[in-house]
Order: sequence, then structure tokens, then C-alpha cells
Amino acid sequence: MKPGAGRGLVEINVEECKGCGLCTDACIPKVLRLSASLNRYGYHPVEYEGRGCSGCGLCFVVCPEPGALRVLKLAA
Amino acid sequence: MANYTTVHEKSPVFYPEYERKSEARGQTHYCPGCGHGIAHKLLAQAIDDLGIQDRTILVSPVGCSVFAYYYFDTGNIQAAHGRAPAVASAVKRARPGSIVISYQGDGDLAAIGSAEILHAANRGENITVLFVNNAIYGMTGGQMAPTTLLGHKSTTTPFGRNAVNDGYPLRVAETLSVLDGPVYIERVALGNAKQILQAGRAVRRALENQVKGLGFSLVEILSPCPTIWKLDAHQAQQHVREGLSSVFKPGVYCDRTKEAVPRPEPKPGPALTGIPRILGIELNEGASAAPVAAASVDLRIRIAGFGGQGVLMLGQVLAEAGMDAGLDVSWLPSYGPEMRSGTSNCHVRISSRPVDSPLVTRPAVLLALNEPSLRKFISSVEPGGLVMYNGREVPGDCRRPDVDLLARPFTEIADELGEPRAGNIVMLGALLRRIEGIPDASVDRALARVVKTQRWLEIDRKAIARGREVCHVS
Repeated sequence: MKPGAGRGLVEINVEECKGCGLCTDACIPKVLRLSASLNRYGYHPVEYEGRGCSGCGLCFVVCPEPGALRVLKLAA
Repeated sequence: MANYTTVHEKSPVFYPEYERKSEARGQTHYCPGCGHGIAHKLLAQAIDDLGIQDRTILVSPVGCSVFAYYYFDTGNIQAAHGRAPAVASAVKRARPGSIVISYQGDGDLAAIGSAEILHAANRGENITVLFVNNAIYGMTGGQMAPTTLLGHKSTTTPFGRNAVNDGYPLRVAETLSVLDGPVYIERVALGNAKQILQAGRAVRRALENQVKGLGFSLVEILSPCPTIWKLDAHQAQQHVREGLSSVFKPGVYCDRTKEAVPRPEPKPGPALTGIPRILGIELNEGASAAPVAAASVDLRIRIAGFGGQGVLMLGQVLAEAGMDAGLDVSWLPSYGPEMRSGTSNCHVRISSRPVDSPLVTRPAVLLALNEPSLRKFISSVEPGGLVMYNGREVPGDCRRPDVDLLARPFTEIADELGEPRAGNIVMLGALLRRIEGIPDASVDRALARVVKTQRWLEIDRKAIARGREVCHVS
């Protein structure tokens, strides 16, 4: 992910995501979506559109998997 | 990337990898959209924020979250179904410096474990309980739980839960909040990000209360179960917000944190060596290595009568005396609920070898304190055995040529001594004339241990002496 594409950044562990989609509901700028491809468990994991993340962290808050998401923010 | 900093990532309170799984070891076993993962994250976050990871002990339940110990890098215990609050109470009392958390679902806490949670709350144990309520049995496949909503179709309420038949959804937070014990009870929900953030604050407070030593805190967490509810994760969240939350209203139900004073740490228990003194058992110092019995002893005694005749006490004195003499003993009482006039009997074994079974089904000695007991047990006595009967003579149809029968009116003899209730001890005196291996001094010390008042001890000493005489005169 290129720095500068947004104030925030989401890193997704594709193999830990179970594709429940709660983060896509919670995302305010709506920059998360479920991927068309499947992971090894047969889930459509979430993916970041690549720009527009505000770094608010709500996706992390609602995500049931401890390690599926990591949220970063542009240093002030 | 240098100018980006991490603001949210996996908590260090979780293990980096979960050893239970063979692959994808960073992933929990929970279903997509399950609330347990979220509740786990809130708990991990709170533990991390408070800096208590290295002194936290998590007690996991039976239910979907049974494997919590695979995820939390803390101390862990997995309790029997419903018993987590009892286990947590014990752990907290034994290790007052630890932070002890009972993590339970609604089947575990509100059904099979309803007694444990009620009493832990009522005692105000200084523990933290996370009660994850998804209103269904998830792990076992969707049976009705105490918290299941009216009308909800489960595998055990296929036409929907009906109050007349199945009762009402149990409101745990409200129920426990009427008790005086708890310090803090709040119900939260995992229905959207806002609710989850509020839940995180509640979990943190509940833990903080324990860190401050304030007492019992419980957070009820309304949680989605998409798989069993047959909803997708999005719909399940909505059901938490609109369905569950309308019956189980989120809010603070009890908050005494302001007036609560930190509970004093329990005093350390007595040293092991001090316990005999506390129990009033005087160890004979010189004889602390129990005397080795001289001869080979194997007494198998059955004592029977009606409640109130001192059947059990007679057995106890015999067993105590045997123990005093350095023998292996067992005493197994068997009686009905009545304190008086029910039937009562006990099995006593006194042996120079380890006792294999405390049951005496083929007694070598039968002490029958009344006729029904004689009738009941006479046939069980082994040939060559001894039968003592509390009566002037053994009824004709109870006689057996192959056993030694001694009939004496022990109760009447005791009555002549001024205390008819000492008939059992008169019988003991008579028995001691007939058996080997138990020294008189051991019997006297056993009596002193079992009999609590001086008056009775004197009566019983007289009764033993009289028993020896009446046996001798025969």
C-alpha cells in the first residue's frame, strides 16, 4: 500500500479473515469490501480498496478475529 | 511506511499462534461473526490496559468458549460445566494477588451453573465474571437456554418458546443486582461498533474493580450467534440490537463502586502442622510413629440398630481405638434421613493390613442393638463369627449353630447404671472381652476423643467396665 493513499491504512491477514463482513458494515468511508476470491478455508476475505481509510479503527473494533486486521494511522 | 503507526492490532494478551490447530494457527475456532471473538478481544484489551496479564487467571467454561485457554496467554483453568464461579472463588481466595476472571456463556452460567453464580455473587467474591449471553445453546446445536426469547424456535422448542411450558427468559443482570453482594453489574451488547466500545468500557471497569479489591463484578454481554440463529453476521448483529436488547435491556444494574471499600486480603491459612490442634486432635508426640500392632488383626464388624441407640458412635469409638492402636481402619455409616428411630447401621474394619474396602457384607462380628437388625443381618455373619444381641435371648428362629451368640439386655444394664442411652457402650465393653488386638488404653483414648463432655465420659467408662463384667459372668 502506498503511503499517502489515506490518513489510515488497514492490513488484512487474508488467511485469518472468515469473511463475516462486519467490518464492511462498520467502515464509515466504505473502503472495505469482501473479495471475489476465496481464502484456503473457502471464505471471501475482506479487502481494502486501497484509498480513503481514515484510520478510525471501527473495523478492528467489530472484527471477531483477534489477528485478522491491523489498523495504522498517518503520524501527525 | 515509516510515517504510519499502528493504532490497532492483535493484543499481546493473545498467544501469537494457537497450538490447538494444525494449520491457520492464528485463527480462532469461532464461527464467522461470532460474538465470542469480540468479547475475547475486549477482555484482552482490558487486561493489557491494566497491565495485569502476568497475574491474570482465566477460568473458562463448558460451551463454545471452552477453549479460551488456547487463546489467552494468561493463567488458565477450565472448569466443570457451570462451576466456573466456584472455581474462580477458590482460586481468588488461595491466590489473593491474582486477577481471576470467570468467562461463561448462558447455558453454563444461567442453567447448570445458576447456583454457583448466585452464591458467588451473594458472597461478593472479589472476582470478575464475563457472562456472554446469546440466548441459545450454541456448542450443542441450538437447544433452548434459560435466556432464549419467547417465541424463539430452538431444537427443543420447535414451535417457539412458550412461557406456560418453558418459563420466561431469565434476566441474569437484574436477578443478581437485587443481592447485597455484588459491587458492579452492567449489561452491554455487541450489536454495533458503538455498543462494542461501551462493552469494552464495562469489561475494563469490572476488571479494575477487582484490581482495587472492591468485590464482585459481572458484565452480561449480549452476543450474536449467527450459525445457530441461522442469520448472517450482519443480521445477527441487528438481532442483538433489536431483538435481544429489547428483552435484556442494556444498562448499569448495580454500581456500588463509589461506596465499596477494598476487601481485606484473606489471612493466610494455618500451617499444615497446626491443623491437628485446630481440629482438636491431640497427636501423641512420642507415639507419632503409630505403634505397630503386635498380632495380625482383621476385624470386620457390622453394627445395626435404630437411630438414637448410638450405633454410629459405637462404630466410631471402635475405629478410633483401632487407629490409636496403629491399625488401619474404616468406618462407613449408612442411615436414613431421620435423626431418631430410623434404621441405622455402620461398617467398621480394623486391620493390621491396609483396608481394601470399607464395606462389610460378610461380618465376622455383628452387634445387633434391636431385633429387626438381628433378623436383617444374622444370615450375613460368616460361620464361626460372633453375634451380640441387645436382648435377654436370641429369638428361636434367629439362632444359628455355626456362630457364637451372646444375648444380654445391654440397654437395661445401662439403665441400672443410670443412663439407658449408654447401652451401646456396655455392649462395647462386652465386645472387648471377646476380641483381640485393641488395647484398653486405646479404647479409653478413643472414647475421650469421641465423647465431648466429661459427664458422658464418666458414664461411658462405667458402662465399659460393666460390659466386661456381664460378658465375663456368662
